[in-house]
Amino acid sequence: MKAKPPSILKRFLPLIVFVALVVLLAVGLTLNPREVPSPLIGKPAPVFELPLLLQEGSFSNKDLIGHVTLLNVWASWCFACRQEHEVVKVLSNKGMRIVGLNYKDDADDAKKWLAALGNPYQFIAVDRNGRIAIDWGVYGAPETFLIDKKGIIRHKVIGPLSDRQKFDELMSVMKTLEK
Amino acid sequence: MKKLILFGFCVLCFSQLAVAAPIETFTFGSAETEKIFHKLSEELRCLVCQNQNIAESNAELAQDLRLEMYTMLSQGKTEQEIVDFMVLRYGDYVLYRPPFKPMTWLLWFGPLIAFIVGLVFVFRYLKSPSNEVPLASLSDADKARIERLHAEQDDT
Repeated sequence: MKAKPPSILKRFLPLIVFVALVVLLAVGLTLNPREVPSPLIGKPAPVFELPLLLQEGSFSNKDLIGHVTLLNVWASWCFACRQEHEVVKVLSNKGMRIVGLNYKDDADDAKKWLAALGNPYQFIAVDRNGRIAIDWGVYGAPETFLIDKKGIIRHKVIGPLSDRQKFDELMSVMKTLEK
Repeated sequence: MKKLILFGFCVLCFSQLAVAAPIETFTFGSAETEKIFHKLSEELRCLVCQNQNIAESNAELAQDLRLEMYTMLSQGKTEQEIVDFMVLRYGDYVLYRPPFKPMTWLLWFGPLIAFIVGLVFVFRYLKSPSNEVPLASLSDADKARIERLHAEQDDT
């Protein structure tokens, strides 16, 4: 009596396991661990009130009510903010309401930066020590939040908006919001 | 040469780790709050440099969060309140010990499941008949030879 040959399944099992593992690891490699999903999506914008950079007065979370707004966290020291700036300007020219959150920046540096590159922001709130940014779960500029008319955070982009995929994702969420 | 550069780079990386220590000094009202502060800053992940905790990291955000924790502790906030504060803003990801909930079941049980699956395979392999000596497949000549050897043994 001869030992019976292993079934097809048994023979290919190591290969199947190997391929499954490769697929799993390949998917893992394409994910960016720096992009941590924000727990704030679907929640109201945090309560805050900050002085404005270019005007008198202040900007608070109440000023987010009634408009669809992009809150763009930027700083003059942030290289990627420079990269995305043209995209922010295009959105602004299209009529998007964009509010800047000037993050841990020097006021003079920020003003010079805007003078050189253009100012797409309707308002710029100044978060000098980054305390308000903590409430927004910001961990690096640039970050951009999409806030709906009711003041609810609907989407967050981590990194520059000049990234095509991130930009498209933002646009698709924006389309679902009523103007 | 390349190896040397790589080696130098590695040394640099690790020396960096060795000197990375918080620079601020906080004074605590009681030993208890100081203990909570150190425990928390070791269990919270710094999101800027993701493989360091808040205690080790010199990233600006980590400094800010250490200050925030210190302020909250001075205000008499509890450990749980501070953890909730961080999770509310940065998500479960800030916790080096992830909470136990359906989303993280695989994370918690994964290693155990992998171990059990491995054990099952090992046992099946050890018990499978293909590992037994296939006596039945001995040829007549082999059998005759064994007979002879046995017979010789008996003689001595």
